[in-house]
Amino acid sequence: MSNFVKGLVGFRRGPWEMVASILIALGVFMLMQPFALWLYTYSFITTLIGTVMFILVSHLPK
Amino acid sequence: MPNSPMEKVAKATPEKVAKRIRGLSDRAIAWIFVAPSIFLLLAVNIFPLIWTIRLSFTNFRVNRPNKDVEWVGLRNYERILGDSDIWMTMQATAHFLLWTIVLQVLIGFFLAFLINKKFRGNDMWTTIIVFPMMLSPAVVGNFWTFLYQPQIGLFNYVVSFFTGADPASFSMIGDVHLAPWSIVIADTWMWTPFVMLICLAGLRSIPDSIYEAAECDRASKWRQFWTITIPMVLPFLMLAILFRGIENFKMFDLVVQLTGGGPGNITTLTSIDLKREAFEKWKTGYSSAYAVILFVTVFGLASIYVKALNKVKER
Repeated sequence: MSNFVKGLVGFRRGPWEMVASILIALGVFMLMQPFALWLYTYSFITTLIGTVMFILVSHLPK
Repeated sequence: MPNSPMEKVAKATPEKVAKRIRGLSDRAIAWIFVAPSIFLLLAVNIFPLIWTIRLSFTNFRVNRPNKDVEWVGLRNYERILGDSDIWMTMQATAHFLLWTIVLQVLIGFFLAFLINKKFRGNDMWTTIIVFPMMLSPAVVGNFWTFLYQPQIGLFNYVVSFFTGADPASFSMIGDVHLAPWSIVIADTWMWTPFVMLICLAGLRSIPDSIYEAAECDRASKWRQFWTITIPMVLPFLMLAILFRGIENFKMFDLVVQLTGGGPGNITTLTSIDLKREAFEKWKTGYSSAYAVILFVTVFGLASIYVKALNKVKER
């Protein structure tokens, strides 16, 4: 866990890619879940932030 | 007199052109070869994408080209993301995606495992199993419409044979509870062979020596399956899931032919809904925003999936 936080603070690719992946997965789940309309409403912005973050952090050092 | 083909080509090149080429660096020549592909990519993929993103912020309607186009900002996105009907189509797509991938991977892997064993008529069975994949989705849709007919359809008779239910008592494509499963079954029938072929390639890439070493270590068949077969086929399985996931997210023709999105809107997948908004209601700006939402979703999913695939390959 501490390595993960250190990686985030030190702008390492691995942990930031993990955060971006979680955001994308969360966004897709929110888009297709059958439970709450408000989750669907905020799904696109969540996926978009995750995707843009993924593209940006894939250029960070390993 | 030129002897080799190279010399013949050099001789055939007009003197003016030859002089110009002689003055180009390797890098410039490389660019000359790559430029047509880049141009094609920009013209066919990148330009339409940028144009669609631009249109998604307007109220443009392609059937009213003379009407002034207004910049509406994020209004199209707000409407789509607050529309409960589109939310329902997303759920229908999720149901279709989830079950087709689960069934195709399970059945496809099982078939590949069987076909990988040496037995008589192996090639003939492979050809028979692969046959549905070669058909057009429109043909498959039509074909399954007949199979699902309550009065004359073979599917209902097979179900009645096993369950004892009256064949005419249920309609696969007319019942709101059964229709989502009717498209899952038809797509699984059509595309399981594709997953099987990818799994078969994975299974055939495992060297026999690994199994022989495991036999020497007295590993049981079950243990060999979980510690050799599954880890070595996993990258192939993940590729199959990626291909089928992206393809099924865009699924259109088979479902239109089979159920037309009905009964009601129960089997209306996002691609069908998008086509209706764009080419039946002619809401071009609105449907562009819809397309951008779907694009970002597929792009995001594909990104994390490719990352996971690379990790599995590195192991």
